[in-house]
Amino acid sequence: MPTMNLEIVTAERQVFASDDVITLIAEGTEGQMAILPRHAPLVTMLEPAELIIRRASGDEISMVITGGFIEVKSEKTVILADACERSDEIDLQRAEAAKRRAEERLKASGPEIDRARAEAALRRSIARLRVVEKRRKTPVRRPPSNPTSQN
Amino acid sequence: MVSPRILRRRIRSVQSTAKITRAMEMIATAKMKKSQDATIAVRPYSDKLTQVIADLAAQAAIGGATHPLLQVRKIRKIAILFISTDRGLCGGLNTNLNRMTGSFILDQKVPVTLITVGSKGRDFMRRSMREIRAEFIKMNDRPRMADTMAISHILMEDYINEVYDQVFIAYNKFINVMTQKPTIDQMLPVIPAKLSKTNPDYIFEPYGMAVLGELLPRFAEMQVYHAILEAIASEQSARMMAMRNATENANEVIAELTLTLNKARQEMITKELLDITGGVESLK
Repeated sequence: MPTMNLEIVTAERQVFASDDVITLIAEGTEGQMAILPRHAPLVTMLEPAELIIRRASGDEISMVITGGFIEVKSEKTVILADACERSDEIDLQRAEAAKRRAEERLKASGPEIDRARAEAALRRSIARLRVVEKRRKTPVRRPPSNPTSQN
Repeated sequence: MVSPRILRRRIRSVQSTAKITRAMEMIATAKMKKSQDATIAVRPYSDKLTQVIADLAAQAAIGGATHPLLQVRKIRKIAILFISTDRGLCGGLNTNLNRMTGSFILDQKVPVTLITVGSKGRDFMRRSMREIRAEFIKMNDRPRMADTMAISHILMEDYINEVYDQVFIAYNKFINVMTQKPTIDQMLPVIPAKLSKTNPDYIFEPYGMAVLGELLPRFAEMQVYHAILEAIASEQSARMMAMRNATENANEVIAELTLTLNKARQEMITKELLDITGGVESLK
């Protein structure tokens, strides 16, 4: 089975690196897309949304990305994320607080309110909450035997 | 001759100084390690960003379009992001940077405005009556990218609004523990790296200029973040070296004082013995 090398980095740390990825599902500016091994070279921006990574071991990893961009090359795919974390690392309370704050700011909408920034913050928090919600209903698939080490 | 009592007091005081400098050295060592790791962690991100921007900018240049952050204008005013430290006791670190940036400012033919990070640099620029547009102090030891965005956003907004036409970053670059190099880099307009074209022809979604427009602000943010991390690593390593020297000096002083003390004590004993024998002699 062909696999691809995937690396996810933020300016602060490397979030994920592996070379046995068989599918990557992400939300680009033009809509959701699935990247398979040997995809044509592509560069696009990513929206705040869930990232799903399927590995050759049968593992499925769910992450949330708050924005960034992806570079797909034949031998390697790199995601440069503004912020990215595994869905089980999401700080639910913080995301909810951020959402409330952003909503209040949008409602207040005075001249001193930066609407674009508040909207971006709202979209980030909603993306996080949505991923948590979804993962609570359908937990990620785990391989039945021989648990592989994950980065 | 100094009395032994005073000598003992001085030894105690130097000893407690040595304890403090030793502790400061150890704290700086621990912090330096962390900030070095953070500086290394930016590298993959910054390399990739540099490369994709180089590709995109080359493509955009062919199309004749440019992004505001790439636009080279006639220079009427310059801004310098001046990254110093909040605290002293780090050897010649700030002095070197002040001197270099100072002469850089004097070489300019157009007015210069400053955005300062750290109170040491701000105070220096205030003393030399320089225009300060914004100042940031108390940056923590392990800043996150988000902590530095306020700084990069001011610079980008001002640049796009033509408040100034060129932006430099002045900071101490971390070379190794012994060496920190005062450095001035151009930040805006962004100069895309000239890379030999080894990359495939990408599909850009939605299209090249839109992607470039999203990437350039991130690149500028990353540059500021990176420079601040370098400056912090430099500060901690400079402080570590300064404190190590201070501890060594204190120990030398202690050794000297102890020697003087012993001599003085011995002299006193000899004198007392002479007095006693003299007294006994006179009684005979």
